[in-house]
Amino acid sequence: MDLLKEVEKRNTKENVPHFTPGDTVRVYVKVIEGNRERTQAFEGVVIRRQGSGTRETFTVRRVSFGIGVERVFPVHSPSIDRIEIVRKGKVRRAKLYYLRKRKGKSARIKESR
Amino acid sequence: MAKTILARKVGMTQVFDEQGRVIPVTVLEAGPCRVVQVKSMDKDGYNSIQLGFIDKKENRVNRPLKGHFKQAGVKPLKYLREVRVDDASAYSPGQEIKADSFSAGDYVDISATTRGKGFAGSIKKMGFSRGPKTHGSHYHRGPGSLGSVDAARVFKGRPLPGRMGAWRRTVQNLTVVETDGEKNILLVKGSVPGPRGGLVEVKEAVKKKVSG
Repeated sequence: MDLLKEVEKRNTKENVPHFTPGDTVRVYVKVIEGNRERTQAFEGVVIRRQGSGTRETFTVRRVSFGIGVERVFPVHSPSIDRIEIVRKGKVRRAKLYYLRKRKGKSARIKESR
Repeated sequence: MAKTILARKVGMTQVFDEQGRVIPVTVLEAGPCRVVQVKSMDKDGYNSIQLGFIDKKENRVNRPLKGHFKQAGVKPLKYLREVRVDDASAYSPGQEIKADSFSAGDYVDISATTRGKGFAGSIKKMGFSRGPKTHGSHYHRGPGSLGSVDAARVFKGRPLPGRMGAWRRTVQNLTVVETDGEKNILLVKGSVPGPRGGLVEVKEAVKKKVSG
């Protein structure tokens, strides 16, 4: 299994900031338009972290113009430029699927400090 | 000349390409293999080479095999496989074959023994459709009709339940994603037959040639 780890290590970023479900993050994604590259930010609440090693992904949820949008990002994807942690949230579970049914006041997350 | 190497299946994972896309890959511990015997047209009537893979303890080898390895001047090896080649004179006994004889972008065919599934029913083994689970049905996973009454026998070749798996199977035209001759790593896009730790044979693809 050591070779598997070796391969995973080569495809894993080392400088990924620590964040957990409940945190609000801003993900800067590299977008290729024609032959031009620019970064696009996607801000929202992390509602899930799943998988391990190279295969780890996280899901960011934001409500945009009244419509819930969720994007799944591989943590170690090279198309993620950087991840900014906007706010640390205090939650009591690992998967925040209950947020999907909530809006407005009840969809808030307490800030932890 | 058909490039060949013996490898051990390590497991699956994923890697990213330049565009950030995820590629599912199988990690193979490929080589280093040794040429143990070279068979030539003049001597044996056909051209082939025998490859050996993974060192074996000296005291686990019987005398005839020991002599066979000694002749080639190599240490005892666990697996021996013979592979046909066009020109056997390009190889010499004791020669080392490493993972970097392949390069990224090559197409390969991979042969291995599939996982044994034991005695499997016709649904799993042959892809038959199943009967209803409820509504008074007493017919759940059976094979259905075996033929006509008139024949008064079951014809040969009738798909029936039985042993499934542990067959030699070849997957064709897999892309090589990465090679590392130093660490003996060969990354192949997609899945490969057999369990983790199983022996696989990697060959240059018969039907598809190098891309680009």
